[in-house]
Amino acid sequence: MLLIHCPYCNMKRPETEFRNAGAAHIARPLDPATTSDAEWAAFLYLRDNPKGIIAERWRHAHGCGRFFNAIRNTVSDDFVTTYKAGEAPPETEAFASEVAPGSREANATGKQAETAL
Amino acid sequence: MAEDRATMDETAASEPPYLRSAPPLARFVFRGDAMGEAKAGEAFGLGFPEAINRAASKGERGKPGGRVALRLGPDELLLIAPVSEGQAVFAAIGTACTDIPHALVDISDRHLGFVLEGPDGADVLNAGCPLDLSLPAFPVGMATRTLFHKAEIVLWRMEPRLFRIEVGRSFAPYLEASLRIAMNEAR
Repeated sequence: MLLIHCPYCNMKRPETEFRNAGAAHIARPLDPATTSDAEWAAFLYLRDNPKGIIAERWRHAHGCGRFFNAIRNTVSDDFVTTYKAGEAPPETEAFASEVAPGSREANATGKQAETAL
Repeated sequence: MAEDRATMDETAASEPPYLRSAPPLARFVFRGDAMGEAKAGEAFGLGFPEAINRAASKGERGKPGGRVALRLGPDELLLIAPVSEGQAVFAAIGTACTDIPHALVDISDRHLGFVLEGPDGADVLNAGCPLDLSLPAFPVGMATRTLFHKAEIVLWRMEPRLFRIEVGRSFAPYLEASLRIAMNEAR
């Protein structure tokens, strides 16, 4: 069984207690009235599907109930780190060397998202 | 206490775990900020536990004056009181927190309680619950929401060999049957 560290409970818990909630750090357009349909559609539906490192929202559904963010490797299913909702993602460069080659691209994408916010 | 444990160890081999239903209780979920928690704790008659996944209790459960507070989330508390005092507790907390944003929900009928006692209690629970239930990892006084097979439960270690389980009422027959199967296997 995969153990996931919950940043609120501050302990590792079995994966069955958690639910994935899609990509993290997707900023809602501040003024939807002036947002074009294309931009709105992109905000709603367009997501990266990287092979490698991805920042995701997870929820400790059968535990403390909180949403948090996780950096996960989609190839190995390895949770690099987890952090509380609202916190900035940790420096992605730091763990880039630890993960599978080929994740550099995903890493760069992560960087863009970070600066976009 | 040390002597008690020594005696328990001697009888451990012959003593199977047993399961019983908890008496009817009044249960509430309280959510609020720090100030709300302080006021509600005062009205409840028991300070809420500070740390997440920890329990505080006083008095004898189910008896007049018995109070239990379990911190299940950063701002979520499960409060348990005797049925006879349920309405008074509900009113008291509501009055104390009149001016403070909070949520207080009566979930007395949503949950049923079980008590699992015996030296193999942790093993029985591990049949369906993947948490590490060894004493260092899950000490006395720890309480958390988790899963037992497909049923969401609240698990509270009251004593080294005494677990208290709260479960959604519709899951209770499933939980009890699953636990009894596990108990037969542990025997």
